[in-house]
Amino acid sequence: MDMVTVKINGRDYEVPAGSKIIDAARIAKIDIPTLCYLKDVNEIGACRLCLVEVKGARGLMAACVTEVTDGMEIRTNTPKVMASRKTNLELILSTHKKECLSCIRSGSCELQKLSRDLGVTDENRFAGKNVKNEKDESTAFLVRDNDKCILCRRCVAACKNMQGIGVIEALNRGFDTVIGTAFENPLAASSCVSCGQCIVACPVGALHEKDDTDKVWDALSDPTKHVAICTAPSIRATLGECFGFEPGVDTEGKMVAALKRLGFDGVYDMNLTADLTIMEEATEFLGRMKTGENLPLITSCSPGWIKYCEHYFPEFTDNLSTCKSPQQMFGAMYKTYYARKRGLDPADIVFVSAIPCTAKKFEVRRPGQSAVGEGIYDVDYAITTRELARMIEKAGINYKALDDEAFDKPFDIGSGAGAIFGATGGVMEAALRTAAEVILGTKLEKLEFNDVRGTAPIKTATYKLGDVEVRVAVTSGTKNAKELLNKVKSGEIQADFIEVMACPGGCVNGGGQPVQSAAVKAAVNLKEKRASILYNADSKMELRKSHENLAVQKLYDEFLGTPGSHVAHEILHTHYIKRGL
Amino acid sequence: MKKKMTTVAFTDTPEQAAQLNALIASYKDKEGNLMPVLQGAQDIYGYLPLEVMKTIAIGLDVSVSEVYGVASFYSQFTLNPKGKVSIAVCLGTACYVKGSGKLHEKCMEITGIGAGDISPDGKFSYDATRCIGACGLAPVMTVNGDVYGRITPADVEGIIRKYL
Repeated sequence: MDMVTVKINGRDYEVPAGSKIIDAARIAKIDIPTLCYLKDVNEIGACRLCLVEVKGARGLMAACVTEVTDGMEIRTNTPKVMASRKTNLELILSTHKKECLSCIRSGSCELQKLSRDLGVTDENRFAGKNVKNEKDESTAFLVRDNDKCILCRRCVAACKNMQGIGVIEALNRGFDTVIGTAFENPLAASSCVSCGQCIVACPVGALHEKDDTDKVWDALSDPTKHVAICTAPSIRATLGECFGFEPGVDTEGKMVAALKRLGFDGVYDMNLTADLTIMEEATEFLGRMKTGENLPLITSCSPGWIKYCEHYFPEFTDNLSTCKSPQQMFGAMYKTYYARKRGLDPADIVFVSAIPCTAKKFEVRRPGQSAVGEGIYDVDYAITTRELARMIEKAGINYKALDDEAFDKPFDIGSGAGAIFGATGGVMEAALRTAAEVILGTKLEKLEFNDVRGTAPIKTATYKLGDVEVRVAVTSGTKNAKELLNKVKSGEIQADFIEVMACPGGCVNGGGQPVQSAAVKAAVNLKEKRASILYNADSKMELRKSHENLAVQKLYDEFLGTPGSHVAHEILHTHYIKRGL
Repeated sequence: MKKKMTTVAFTDTPEQAAQLNALIASYKDKEGNLMPVLQGAQDIYGYLPLEVMKTIAIGLDVSVSEVYGVASFYSQFTLNPKGKVSIAVCLGTACYVKGSGKLHEKCMEITGIGAGDISPDGKFSYDATRCIGACGLAPVMTVNGDVYGRITPADVEGIIRKYL
């Protein structure tokens, strides 16, 4: 890599040529303040908070868009720099609804932190024209409060540049500028896929998930209700971040302990129904390989991806696996099999899932997700990692101090294959472990399918299993999914089995995960760090294949029969809608 | 000022649709094509109907929100059709100090609509414009492109009546 020497605040640093000043400063251990900047997603130099002095330059330069040159002399903390940043911040504050005490992002708001860091002493120094906007609460998964929006366009960039969708844009001009959908329609009327990547991109409280925690609290305090919760594979990998742990720390035991203290009647591991999904999906795949119908098979675990497919690639909905997602399978089994076993009335069960995802809030009310019958949903409420953290905080539970506890029986066992569902490539690898052993009729010597791991945009591999050749493709992020499906359509990529997750990197980077600041995102590869927890857990397990999960085998023995049986189809499978744009 | 979407139903002729398709085809895959296509579409239809913006989005493979974002940003684009009688009053500096604010009020009173609007029956449209470059005639109003200068609020009704 070509290096250049720059002087930052009087000291020399070697930095890669072509770096932006902001990246060079990070090497010098200086975080330059930003609001609109989101590395690799939104680099537009709009907010003017990252201003620095560059020797010889006419005015102050925006560090997020200015490239370093050899011998450049940069000053990041002169009085002129600090005064300009502060004034620009005060101007941004002049149109911001400053309801910090009641704001959902209080404590994790980048604007709040900058106001403190830059020494703002009067947040009302300038009075802007404060245009009142109506909150958009039209969807089941998202709330937009444009009165808090600072027009940084990070959500717009996340939707357009990162996800390749672009349902939101900056509309109108001047003080009337708002972020919204075409013709200022409510979000529910758009082709939004509900991935929630806009929420985790937002530096302030203008975007958040539709909060369902009050409903969960109500259920928990209702003595007539049996309230159970299951946690998705990736929650254990991220929940700690809400309680001061660095990204990349597994807090499964504390998470379970906290859930038990919240008063759930059962605390279960969704890894188990990830295994169940594999049993159904691998069977479905082998069936389609035999008949050659509706190939490639495309995974259906990610409800954001499902909605994307329905809107933008309706010609592929027949290729989608009919398997419900692990979340829905869990609720469906709980309200049928387990209710019967325990003598519970399904109507008295409130089933909650903790998920890394906003799209799952949409999924729980989809048609075809009520195994018991109309009006009784498989899953009553899906709450994000962030909502779960808020519940734990509200209950005053000292998360860091908790001793590890274990999931409740009989849904406490998940295999390593189930664990890696939370990362891109994980579902494919889990399915391959099972499908390969079924096809070969022998045990695999090596369980790692490394070609499908990692965060490359599109991963392809061909596996020869006996006489059968299986061509697979894996992608995450809807922008990459679009490219992959177009290549499948053109014949450039040939695949029998495709895994798609709507969020880049998979569920570990889902729209319901803890929000990390732009500074953290620029310095830490969150996707890989969080995913490493899941792969580490898998590598240490004895049980690493879904079909060897005895708890899952029991479900088939006692209730479902065989994978793909009539009963399994009634309970565990669903259908899709060709939505179009 | 925020632009208003029209409530007048969209209709187009086969000629207009063909012109639009040809316009989109001629700019497809060209860098920076959205502005000229929007300008061309406004020339064809007189304004930018919702349906036309959707057609442009699909044709240029951009999101419809991006199209609307651009259309709602630039003052040269109108989201409202012109009425049979299209009235405008200049609120530029020269006209304004010569009392065009009163003309503005009078026009809204007579037509019953606000600036940037069209009456539901499509009869009147009214715009308050920036300087139209006729400062020597201030205050100025235009009706269907005809310029009326050095007028008073009392003249407005008579002028509009000529077009009914």
